[in-house]
Amino acid sequence: MANAAAISGPTFGVRVRKFVVSKQFTRGALAVLGFFVLWQAGSMGLFPFMHAIPTPVTVAGSFWEFMSTGKYWQSWMDSTLRVMYGFVAAQILGIPLGLGMGWNRNFKDFSYPLFELMRPIPPLAWVPVSILFWPTNESSIAFITFIGAFFTIVVNVLGGVSAIPRQLVDAAVSFGASPRQVFWRIVLPATIPSIVTGMMVGIGITWNVVIAAEMIAGNTGLGRLTWEAYLAGHTPGIIVGMISIGVAGYVSSMAVKMIGDWLMPWKKVF
Amino acid sequence: MNTAQTDTTAPADGAKGPVCRASDGALSIRNAGKIYDPEGVHVEALKDCSLEIEAGEFVAIVGPSGCGKSTLLNALAGFDGITSGEILLDGEPLATPELDPRPGPDRVVVFQHGALFPWKTVLENVTYGPVVQGIMSQEQANKRAQEMLSRVGLNDIETSYPGQLSSGMQRRVEIIRALINNPRVLLLDEPFRAMDTVTKSASHQYLLELYSATGKTIFFITHDLEEAIFLADKVLVMTTRPGYIKKTLQVKLPRPRQYSMLASEEFLAMKAQLVEAVHEEAVKAFEAGEREMA
Repeated sequence: MANAAAISGPTFGVRVRKFVVSKQFTRGALAVLGFFVLWQAGSMGLFPFMHAIPTPVTVAGSFWEFMSTGKYWQSWMDSTLRVMYGFVAAQILGIPLGLGMGWNRNFKDFSYPLFELMRPIPPLAWVPVSILFWPTNESSIAFITFIGAFFTIVVNVLGGVSAIPRQLVDAAVSFGASPRQVFWRIVLPATIPSIVTGMMVGIGITWNVVIAAEMIAGNTGLGRLTWEAYLAGHTPGIIVGMISIGVAGYVSSMAVKMIGDWLMPWKKVF
Repeated sequence: MNTAQTDTTAPADGAKGPVCRASDGALSIRNAGKIYDPEGVHVEALKDCSLEIEAGEFVAIVGPSGCGKSTLLNALAGFDGITSGEILLDGEPLATPELDPRPGPDRVVVFQHGALFPWKTVLENVTYGPVVQGIMSQEQANKRAQEMLSRVGLNDIETSYPGQLSSGMQRRVEIIRALINNPRVLLLDEPFRAMDTVTKSASHQYLLELYSATGKTIFFITHDLEEAIFLADKVLVMTTRPGYIKKTLQVKLPRPRQYSMLASEEFLAMKAQLVEAVHEEAVKAFEAGEREMA
């Protein structure tokens, strides 16, 4: 038994305890704590320009109130789902498109100009058309979120395919790999780091976009929650909304980073 | 044992598993020429380039940057074709102006900057060739790779990724990855160029050991004249563009090669000959470059 434990490594509990006392954790926690201390001091009169901002203690009180309502958790749920739909759809459509454009010259000649014409249009500029086009509000918000991540992932994948060292492909061909094998066994894995980078950037953008879209077009979600607090003149509520968005984005990025580390065991995301 | 030169059908001892006949790997390059972009810029990289490489011979090619060394290597590897002349491998046409260039596991290249797949472990890299060709199952290939790796003292890094290895180890793994395919010719494109002196001399030792164990024909491109003499049976000096073989130096040093030979009079005399021949070409290449700039 003792042996088995040694082989499987430290248990989850031990790893958590180790992390909590690690330098990495203490440093990050110190910065977050310092931020709240400064904010508290600033709102209490240290920085006059912050007079309109409620103190963290007041906000914490509001947080508690929000958390005891079903509406707050529903907002989390709605925003998270919209981000998931948009983000996943962007990967499903964007990764093959980027790979195709990078690998097939003819396809790129056809698709790249159109792609580049659409790319500069900001996701929020799509709001009016997508409200007109999509049958429900829900689908138009998910679509706008999709737009936010889609172009980023395609550009990253296209760049990744173009940057594959020529000799990797040459070597594989020398060893007898067919074009199909070169694509699946060389081009795809060689592009994974770029796919992961695209995902890391994309998940951040989807949160930015979903919040903005909810403020304009949504009836629910964390963005709407924040906006309603503003309309009601409830300043602590605005900040509760902002912090919630920050936490949601942070958790999503960490999840994507974990997926990235799992996808490429030969390399750390960062 | 020394290099297999003649038609002995016995496999080189020291090499386990399937071994190509010792007579395999003879290269015959006859009046090879290569013109890039004939209608446009018209760069003549190779012109009437002829040379004979015997089976099992270790040949080094030196010459100024921008001579046709890499063009010749690309033609041998099948990455690019030639526009005149012919190249034969064991009497069969490998490259002619009519043939489409075709790479194959019988002529594997070890590249200057390395071409190990970063996402595969050492073992997965080494087994890639035989598995993708379908001549070995993954298990058979693993077994064979483990044998070969342990022979060069690399058995404890099988599960490492290339990024975790030193450049010297990476190159050794890459040479093993080529040899597991039992190629007729091993093409080495300045494999030790970016290495420090210590790593480089250790790498020479490993390469010479593998060479004497397998008796493969080796085509080795380098800028380093000492390296060329120390490793090869024959050093060829290539001219600046258009490239052809200007000088052939037979290296009479006995094998196994010893580091003490580097200071011998014989060695220094050979080096002096090469320095002169290469320097002339380097000056020509430099002046040609000046003209192009002007």
